[in-house]
Amino acid sequence: MKGKNTMDRREFLKILGITTASATLAGCNAGKEENSQAGELGPVPTDEMTYRSFPALGEDKVSLLGYGCMRWPTMPNPEGKGDIIDQERVNELVDYAIEHGVNFFDTSPVYVQGMSERATGIALKRHPRESYYVSTKLSNFSDSSRENSLAMYQRSFRELQVDYIDYYLLHSLGGGGMDNFRKRYVDNGMLDFLQEERRAGRIRHLGWSFHGSKEVFDEILALHETYHWDFVLLQMNYVDWHIAKGSGIGCEYLYMECAKRNIPVMVMEPLLGGRLAKLPDHIVGILKQRSPERSVASWAFRFLGTQNNVFTVLSGMTYMEHLQDNIRSFSPLVPLTDDETQFLFNTAKLIEQYPTVPCNDCKYCMPCPYGIDIPAILLHYNKCVNEGNVPESRQDENYRKARRAFLVGYDRSVPKLRQADHCIGCRQCNHHCPQRIDIPKELRKIDAFIEKLKQDTL
Amino acid sequence: MLRKLRIGLAATFFLLVTALFLDFTGTVHQWFGWMAKVQFLPAVLAMNFVVVALLVVLTLLLGRVYCSVICPLGVMQDIFAWLGKKAKKNRYTYSPAKNWLRYIVLVLFVLSLVLGSGVLAKLIAPYSAYGRIAGNLLAPVWQWGNNALAYLAERADSYAFYETEVWFKSGLTLSIAVATLLVLIVLAWRGGRTYCNTICPVGTVLGFLSRFSWLRPVIDTSKCVDCGLCSKNCKSSCIDLSSHSIDYSRCVACMDCIEKCRKGAIKYAFAPGRCSSCQPKDEKVSASRRAFLAGSAAFVATTAVKAQKMKVDGGLATIEDKVAPQREQHILPSGALSARQFAQHCTSCQLCVSVCPNEVLRPSSDLSRLMQPEMSYERGYCRPECTRCTDVCPTGAIRPITREEKSSVQIGHAVWIRKNCIPVRDGESCGNCERHCPTGAIQMVPLEEGGKKRLRIPVVNTERCIGCGACENLCPARPFSAIYVEGHDTHRII
Repeated sequence: MKGKNTMDRREFLKILGITTASATLAGCNAGKEENSQAGELGPVPTDEMTYRSFPALGEDKVSLLGYGCMRWPTMPNPEGKGDIIDQERVNELVDYAIEHGVNFFDTSPVYVQGMSERATGIALKRHPRESYYVSTKLSNFSDSSRENSLAMYQRSFRELQVDYIDYYLLHSLGGGGMDNFRKRYVDNGMLDFLQEERRAGRIRHLGWSFHGSKEVFDEILALHETYHWDFVLLQMNYVDWHIAKGSGIGCEYLYMECAKRNIPVMVMEPLLGGRLAKLPDHIVGILKQRSPERSVASWAFRFLGTQNNVFTVLSGMTYMEHLQDNIRSFSPLVPLTDDETQFLFNTAKLIEQYPTVPCNDCKYCMPCPYGIDIPAILLHYNKCVNEGNVPESRQDENYRKARRAFLVGYDRSVPKLRQADHCIGCRQCNHHCPQRIDIPKELRKIDAFIEKLKQDTL
Repeated sequence: MLRKLRIGLAATFFLLVTALFLDFTGTVHQWFGWMAKVQFLPAVLAMNFVVVALLVVLTLLLGRVYCSVICPLGVMQDIFAWLGKKAKKNRYTYSPAKNWLRYIVLVLFVLSLVLGSGVLAKLIAPYSAYGRIAGNLLAPVWQWGNNALAYLAERADSYAFYETEVWFKSGLTLSIAVATLLVLIVLAWRGGRTYCNTICPVGTVLGFLSRFSWLRPVIDTSKCVDCGLCSKNCKSSCIDLSSHSIDYSRCVACMDCIEKCRKGAIKYAFAPGRCSSCQPKDEKVSASRRAFLAGSAAFVATTAVKAQKMKVDGGLATIEDKVAPQREQHILPSGALSARQFAQHCTSCQLCVSVCPNEVLRPSSDLSRLMQPEMSYERGYCRPECTRCTDVCPTGAIRPITREEKSSVQIGHAVWIRKNCIPVRDGESCGNCERHCPTGAIQMVPLEEGGKKRLRIPVVNTERCIGCGACENLCPARPFSAIYVEGHDTHRII
């Protein structure tokens, strides 16, 4: 049933296009580096990466680009059902990243159906331990007993094949409020245990990632006095800077609160799961006009790099082209001018006018017990929004074409049995969603829209 | 010349009728749907007197050109016969008509239609037999081809082609189609139009008429040198050289003899007189299919695998296939009016099954309604905007209706099965049936007074239910839905 969704069409075409382009260019500038993709930009620099260091992080010099290991490339399992990680490609990506100055890798026991830590460990094992920093998390969502949490912690060492972990995180605080925080880390004694581990040197830095309300954030941050947080992982980007679509709090506030306390910040979802790279055409035009050689994604990265209290920006790079593009953005970082920042905020306002669903394709909601492919549905909808294929009524000029593109594309991206009309609204997914999307509500909305398209009664 | 004209017309009809069974987009039907409706038996069953009269007049004027041009099964046999002739030249010889066999089959055919379930009639009816072959054997090949194009289109970001699901609707009907095809290949390869002139009831009926046809091939004995080329190339084996006579009840007006004759001794012209009398002889042909039918068993493959690991991010839950419930009364599409009306008219040609875009219609494996379409909702449901089966049916078994009419025709009603219902079984709230009911016939009521989680269960107002199966298809309970449709013997407007 899956298979189809492992690589979406846009990615496919993108690769196809880039490969062709690079092949052509390689032909023109024989002698240049193999991977050079744009003549103007030259080869991807190997020694110009921007690094950040903070007193709170000791001697560490962390590359501004960090590798997020939540989106490793997968392939169909040759031994049967489902998908497995494509280890060969992971190794290639990791080698390339390290070669070009990336030294930070972030994973979790639950990423990529629980396979990420091992794949990351295998790839990193091939490099000297001191050449990289690795971070992982205590992702004890489903079972927060001390026993299970300890087992999860120890498993991470085995899977990553390391004897110390550079950065260790309490995973996704905020969901379920303070009660859940106490249940997962305080009442079971795990937080005390982890502090012991930090003292013993098996954990070098202790921090947490956050998705939740302002009150919970304030309360947990205040615990800095007690626990001494070395760093915090925040979801930050220029669109949600002042006010975020899901949580309602702008990331500026969260960031500034950390900065005030000299707690360095690690950034996740810089592109919102690719949403800030896949923009509507006219917005792409605006960004490109301002800086034709730079990619759309580079704006998001430069914005984050411009924030001085950020020590690394994690990006889940599935494809070599994404990795290369992001390395360029930070090799070295060219901070945004005030003028450029204002320009980006203005662009953000345009982006917000599009009724996309704020799904970052993190797949925390999956697997849906009733078999729905939630992210695939939301991504298809977003794609159609951006491409102008979500007509408002039958009177729309491109109604016929848009209807066909939406419906045919829907069947292509999501198998029939996994489409929105099969959602029963049990709401089991909702508390997994870090973006706080009311998933059944969105699915119902999309389903109603599709029903109108099918019946031609829009 | 006449032969070339015949071949040109036959090819056109054959390709377009085949396209009706292959085209799932509905485009061909818009233009050439009438080609199914001018088929003889469907026209008779549809009581389409205009078409029947036209075909009678056509035969009285020109002989059995119907069999050579319009009937797809006839043209298909001509193709096999042509291949047979490639393998061995001049392969046919004259044989007397087996009229006793023809009449017995015809009588049985009519009796089967009028009195019985019509299974025998549907097995030998030419258009139906062709429909089964095209719908069961050709359509999947066509669809796979389409899917290959859709695969490429997807990679080119084009929406020109879209993928369609290829599924085998009934093992029994597929086996019958294969058996029919094999028998016809052998018969046509060896003896040309053997089937048409011994078994085919339409051929027999038209044979009656063609004896009196105005134009027909006649042998000019003054020019004939008795070389026998005409007879050796007559796929109907109906040219008796000894008496220079042609059995016009079997001649399908293919014009092959006219072209073969080097002396120009055969002309397509008016000639008085009748065919020579024919001596009956023993032959056994029809039993094989029947025997096969009895012996073959339906095979149904179901998958039921379930495995769920610890909660990690990503992945897809396994979805168990739905299994059709045991329905007391089978479901027929809107426009069928009643089970009786439907059974009387349907020739089991599978045209409706071929065009159903929702994977609802499939041939029945029930012996009393063998191969006749029926509905089931494991793979999809009868969508409110779709009237495809009613548009294409050539026999009037499914009468044409509009979308608006369809929304008020009750073809069945939903029945709730407590033990399967998600709120009862899993303790989760659901209501997917209620949300998708197009007529608002389902409402949710509390499972128990003051129960925890305020679980609610569906209740069906059977007066408003039209039996479309949205509830059954979209019910999350698997493999058996917690709500399913019972068909109605007689449809009614609500």
